[in-house]
Amino acid sequence: MNIAPYLLLATLEGLVQASVLMLTALGLSLVFGVMRVVNVAHGEFFMLGAVGAWICATLIPGPPAVAFVAALVLAPLFVGAIAWAADWAILKRIDYNPEATIVATIGLMYIIQQTTLWSFGPNAQAVDAPFYYTLRFPWFGYSTYKFFIIGAAVVLVGGLLYFLRHSKVGLVMRATQFDRETAQNFGISVGRVYSIVFAVGAMLAAIGGVLVVPAQQAHYLMGHDPLLLSFVVVIVGGLGSIPGTIAAAILIGMSDGLLSVFFSPTLAKIFSTLLVALVLVFKPEGLFGKAGR
Amino acid sequence: MSVMTVEGFNAYYGSAQALRDFSIELQAGEILCLLGRNGAGKTTALKAIMGTVRPESGRLVLNGVDLTGSRPEEIPRAGIGYVPQGRRLFSELTVWENLEIGLMTRGQGREGLDYALELFPVLKDRMKQRSGTLSGGEQTMLSMARAMCVNPTVMMLDEPTEGLMPSAIAGIRDAVTRLRDGGVAVLLVEQRVDAVLSVADRVAFMDHGEIKARFHIDEVRDNKELLHRYVGVGH
Ligand SMILES: Nc1ncnc2c1ncn2[C@@H]1O[C@H](COP(=O)(O)OP(=O)(O)O)[C@@H](O)[C@H]1O
Ligand SMILES: [Mg+2]
Repeated sequence: MNIAPYLLLATLEGLVQASVLMLTALGLSLVFGVMRVVNVAHGEFFMLGAVGAWICATLIPGPPAVAFVAALVLAPLFVGAIAWAADWAILKRIDYNPEATIVATIGLMYIIQQTTLWSFGPNAQAVDAPFYYTLRFPWFGYSTYKFFIIGAAVVLVGGLLYFLRHSKVGLVMRATQFDRETAQNFGISVGRVYSIVFAVGAMLAAIGGVLVVPAQQAHYLMGHDPLLLSFVVVIVGGLGSIPGTIAAAILIGMSDGLLSVFFSPTLAKIFSTLLVALVLVFKPEGLFGKAGR
Repeated sequence: MSVMTVEGFNAYYGSAQALRDFSIELQAGEILCLLGRNGAGKTTALKAIMGTVRPESGRLVLNGVDLTGSRPEEIPRAGIGYVPQGRRLFSELTVWENLEIGLMTRGQGREGLDYALELFPVLKDRMKQRSGTLSGGEQTMLSMARAMCVNPTVMMLDEPTEGLMPSAIAGIRDAVTRLRDGGVAVLLVEQRVDAVLSVADRVAFMDHGEIKARFHIDEVRDNKELLHRYVGVGH
């Protein structure tokens, strides 16, 4: 048996997985890093992004590419607004108390899920890819749309890193993450930083949802897997560490792709679960995290 | 006219009272030293002024503006530069990024920054360095420089010389004096009276969350008996 085609296919699938995971997990990591909030509803923001893309595809006439581009802009804005409202209506009221926010975001998860079920329905809905060109390898064809997912994720993550490193807002976010009280002592409104971070975190998940939906279909329960995998990535990468999250997303996404193609998706899930357990026991600060933070 | 007036602050940690009827007035161009043993409530007093510890009662007026009950981020914007105990640098951020945070507080331009770099020229060559990698003395300089970037009318420093070498201490003291001479109202917290005799204009002794006595510096400087009564000087 010639192993090369399988290896290529598995690598591509792994890269696609890793790309979407990177976006979703970075959102979760940012929210945890700056706000110390474990957002259990994060997967629902991903799902809302996918559903938003379907709504755009249904309502906007013309070629699918137009609706897709619209979705890429509108769905994250819509989801960001929901997150902004949830932060204002719920998280600020309970003063971001760590235990209370877990319970509150579990509630938020069910509210979003049930509202979607009630309005969108229980069926999975397909959305057309913006383009359908297939790249022919000697052994198999591969959708160029999936290359687009990888490219888009790389550009977005690069943009996010640049924003965090070089913008005033990014500087304020990093200062708040590092020492919230001292940030306040220098006039930084922590409440406003939290609103922005929660919205940006949700928007990252939503973009992941929009990107994935032409390859995967929209469904009101589709947020579960990304939530679990994002938690895996955030723990393995080191809680709140952005570079760690990126590295872990690539590791988990790639291993998931490789193990799924060569063995079975179940083994892939076993691997990532085992990895989390081992990391929690032997290196709780994360494979790529720094100790003592 | 006084630059800062604190009147009747009472503050609690849970049920333990950490500040009792704490009141001070600060004039422009003077250094008031708040002295007291470890646990006396000095840091709590500064945090209550900054609004990160909420006083249950009392009034805070800064430059004629009543800031009582303001949100913590609004108080520094009214013109307080703060050097917290232990410096509290954003140690993962660069020297320049720490200064930028100070500049953003009031957004009043670079006058304070230029003055700080004139006082602490070593920082100029360290701008891109992670602030956590600076030496102890340099970290204190940066913490002071960051507060000066606020263009403050009131400067509050919480044990800035704690754990520094004598050579570094002299530089910090000199900088504090020059701020005072430039018209800034300075509130300087220290544990030991001998640390402030040469710079203070007035002193207030604190114990159990309360100011027990206030003196003009001329009253205490040569009055060993008085000093012993309140702090046990030279212990
Ligand atoms: N965050 C806190 N929670 C509870 N008690 C505190 C806290 N911070 C300080 N205290 C207590 O309040 C008192 C005053 O502390 P502090 O203001 O730090 O004193 P000082 O700065 O004079 O050493 C001490 O008894 C201290 O143990
Ligand atoms: Mg103290």
